[in-house]
Order: sequence, then structure tokens, then C-alpha cells
Amino acid sequence: MISLWGDMNRRGQVVVALALLLLLVAPLGATRYVLSVLTLILYFVYVGQAWNLMMGYAGQLSLGHALYVGLGGYVSAALWVHFGIGPWLGVFPAVAVAAAFGAAIGWLGFRFGIEGVYFALLTIAFAEFTRIGFDHIGFVGGAGGLFIPYEEQRLGQWWNLRGSQLFFYYLAFALAAAAVLLTALLARSRLGYQWIAIREDETAARALGIDVFRAKLKAVLISSSMTAIGGVFYAFYYNSLFPAQLFDMGRSIELILGPIVGGTGTVFGPVVGAFILTPLGEILISVTEHLGINAPGAKAVFFGLTLMTIIYLVPTGVWPWLSRKLGLARRRP
Amino acid sequence: MLAVRDLDVFYGDAQALDRVSFDVDEGSIVAIVGANGAGKTSLIRTIAGMIRPAHGGITFRGAEIAGWPSHRVCNLGIGQVAEGRQIFPSLTVGENLEMGALLPRAREKRQQQLDRVFAMFPILEERLKQTAGTLSGGEQQMLAIGRCLMGVPDLVMFDEPSLGLAPAIVQEVLRTIRELNREGLTCVLVEQNVAMSLKLANRAYVLENGRITLSGTGEELLADDRVRQAYLGM
Repeated sequence: MISLWGDMNRRGQVVVALALLLLLVAPLGATRYVLSVLTLILYFVYVGQAWNLMMGYAGQLSLGHALYVGLGGYVSAALWVHFGIGPWLGVFPAVAVAAAFGAAIGWLGFRFGIEGVYFALLTIAFAEFTRIGFDHIGFVGGAGGLFIPYEEQRLGQWWNLRGSQLFFYYLAFALAAAAVLLTALLARSRLGYQWIAIREDETAARALGIDVFRAKLKAVLISSSMTAIGGVFYAFYYNSLFPAQLFDMGRSIELILGPIVGGTGTVFGPVVGAFILTPLGEILISVTEHLGINAPGAKAVFFGLTLMTIIYLVPTGVWPWLSRKLGLARRRP
Repeated sequence: MLAVRDLDVFYGDAQALDRVSFDVDEGSIVAIVGANGAGKTSLIRTIAGMIRPAHGGITFRGAEIAGWPSHRVCNLGIGQVAEGRQIFPSLTVGENLEMGALLPRAREKRQQQLDRVFAMFPILEERLKQTAGTLSGGEQQMLAIGRCLMGVPDLVMFDEPSLGLAPAIVQEVLRTIRELNREGLTCVLVEQNVAMSLKLANRAYVLENGRITLSGTGEELLADDRVRQAYLGM
């Protein structure tokens, strides 16, 4: 934390402090709708940051992170629905299951030298298999979905994640802030340096005596565990889980767009990315509605065009460009 | 210090090293010379634990290290300056050096080694915040050597340190190697540049098609007719 703060110049510190303050007091002036959008943004900051650790720092491309969201969500929701085990406790098995899947993918990929796009294919395969598998697990509702019932007497039991929109907003805020802090700490740690060396040149990293297999495995374990916590949040925020929705490839893509647009391998890239993309999606919905364009996919077309424009203008991400323009950070690690 | 015995290395069916044996005494400079494709880089990578030998032994200070993973070999004190330098071009000079000090054995001596590297290559301290890709070829070679020294090695294997450098810079790199050797570092120098490495070496081996065909002191090989004909063009 000290290193993160110390790495920023005065102007950067002011901007970050102001942003934090704004987010903390935002619920005072925000409508329920705005608050829900902000909650969604912060959720994407969190899961985007988890993915960023693995791709942006360790250089391992996962296109199946929806797997960990889904597993985290399903495990915690099933424990709550069937056994009454609250999410504060259920989060541990949820993380354990997701980490076990992460370990399996990592072990297979890294032990047998499956790299780059082939590793990405492996992550997609696992997510897809799991999706199909969950379609047939009756215990969690199969393709028909798993629902966390609305119970009047539990309303306001924030410790069971049965809180209000306001509660979920602050929970998402805490998660996002913690993820940013963790990334900043890891980026400056020995492990972070090992990741960066591997990302830059794996052969060189091995020649320097870095235990590449171990460092990459740690990246998958940390990333999948973090993402699973996001899944727990998702489950109790939306109260309904469908395999086709949770494990879908589109979900994995949606999760990684923020860090890519914001800038991978940076601490604030995923934050900036989420704050651009989620509102953009919302704006496009209302604009297309307003214009009366009801053609299916109209929003997706505009969204895609905007993405292409951003990537074309700032290929390394918005944050590195923005921080340079505003003179915020010294240099990215 | 290092003893290699009957090393066989294969890439699929192709044999890269064939019964290679050689010794490196503590404090010496050993040159392994040979043409392109003779197996020099394979030899270094096998000793470093990046390639598994099919057969043979590698003993370093009494430990049998053949087949060990590279991170364990490195942590014993065997460093390498790889062919083509393998610096991280988009990271800064400082970050590159930092990467060399990630070994467990180097952790506590980080600052001390950093001072040593800066004393040896003042240019690296000047360029500390510059991205490594913007350095000149010679400076990049200095950085690669400096980064290797950050791991506090006792033996360093230099793979073609003269590759792609101007003659004046090559001389500077060789002076550096001699200087490091004088400070106690054992050096294995693998080179295509036969004349200059034989002049530098206490002991030298000629590697041809994966086999050691000649060995002797540097001076002996410099005077050998076969070496003069095949490698020195005399």
C-alpha cells in the first residue's frame, strides 16, 4: 500500500483520493439505477483485476474466467439453498473448488508446455465442459437454474448477503478496492517480478533461475480464487444462476474487456476500463431505445464499433495514455 | 568445480551432444569453441538445466545436478549470459537487474551486488530508468552480464558474448570477463570467435558436431595446426 501510494506523484494521489471519496459518498446522491450501475462497474473492476493478475502480469491468457465466477457462485448458492450455510462461510469451499479447477488447468497447461493461444483454448474447454456438466446436475437445478429464494424474514441480514442495494454497492466497493491494493502489492513483490519476467520472456526467466512452473501456477491459483469470490457476490446479488448464463464464453469475454481497454499489466487499467465500458453499455441501451432501433444486436454493433475505436486510438489501453496525458503516474512497472 | 561426463543430448532423433566430457577448475576461464551448430548452446542449456540430457553426468562442487530443473541449478551458483543477451527490452535497466536478484541465494546480497554492478558498469546506473531496448548493443551486453551477477553466481557460462558487437565493444566485453575472473569468478566461454577466446582461456575445448575433438591450454590450441586451418584461416 505504501509502495502504491509512494509510486504516485502528488497529482496522482489527489486524483485517487478524490475518486475514492466520490465513490464513498456516491450513494447520497445516486438514484437506485445509478447505484446499480456503479455496483456493476465495481464488480467488473474486481473480476477484471483478478484476470489482469494472470494475463497482465504473468502473461497467461485465460478466456474461461467465467468458469471461476460460475463455480464460486454455484458452490456458495447451493450450500445456502440446501444446507443453510451462509456465504461468509460458503465462500471458503467456493474458493477451494474454483482454485482446484484452476490448479488442474494450470497443471495441465504448464506441465505439458501448452502456451499462448493453446493455453487459452484449454481454459475455454474447461469452462464449456463445466457449463454442459452443470446443465445436468439436478442438485443445483440443471439447465433450469438455481434460485436463492426471497425470504422476508431474512431481509437486512447483511451477514448472509441478504442486504439492500446500498449494502451490495459498498461490498462491491470494498472488493474492488481490495483487488486494486492486492494488485499493487503483488506487482511490487518478488512474485510479481517473477510474473513480469515470465510474461516478457519465459526462456530468459528460466535462465535467471525463476521457477516458472511454480510462479505460473500461483498466478492461476490467486486469480481463480479471487474470481470465485466475485462469483459468490454475483450469486447473492442476482439470486439466480443459470449454467448457460454463468459459464458462457460471452461472460468470460465481458470480464476481460475492461482490463484490455483500460490497459493490462497496470494497477489502474482494469478500473478505468470498467468505468468506461459498463456505462457505455448502459448509454447504448438507452440511446438505441431512444432512437427506436429495436433490431436485435443493435447495441452490440455500436458497442463493438466503440471498442474498435478505442483499441485503434490507444492500443496499449486507456490508462497508460491517460496517466501520461494527465501526468499522474511516473511509469508503469 | 564443474565436471561434465559423457553427456548425450538429443532433439527428437537428432543428436546434439555426443559423449561430451570436460572439466572446469575453480577460478579458471574455460573456452569451448566451435562452428555454428556444433552444439555449444545445447551444452550450456543442458548444464543450466533447461534441457534434459539423455545420458551422462554433470557434477558441480560434488553435487550431481544432471536433470535438475534450472531454478535449482541457478540457485547453486551457476549463472548464464545467454546468446542474444535475452534482456527484457520493454523493462527498465533497473527492473532488468532486479529480475536477476530473484534467486533465493541472491536475496540478501541484493544491494551489495547492485553496488558491485554499478561500480563495474557505471553506464547502467546512468541509464537506470531507461527501457533496456533503447540501449546500444554493447550496453545491452553489459546489462545481461550485470543482471547475471545480481544472482551472485560462482560460475558463469557466457554464450557468444561477442555476437553482433563492434570489435571495440567485443574487446571491452572480454576485458570485463577477464576482470570478473580476476575477482574470483569461474568462467565458461562459448564462442565462435576462436582466436580471441583461446587467448583468454586457461583451458579450451573444440566442439565439432556435438563431440569434443580437441582439448588443451589456450596456447596449445592456438598453436595447433588443425585449429589454425579450420578456425583461424591460416
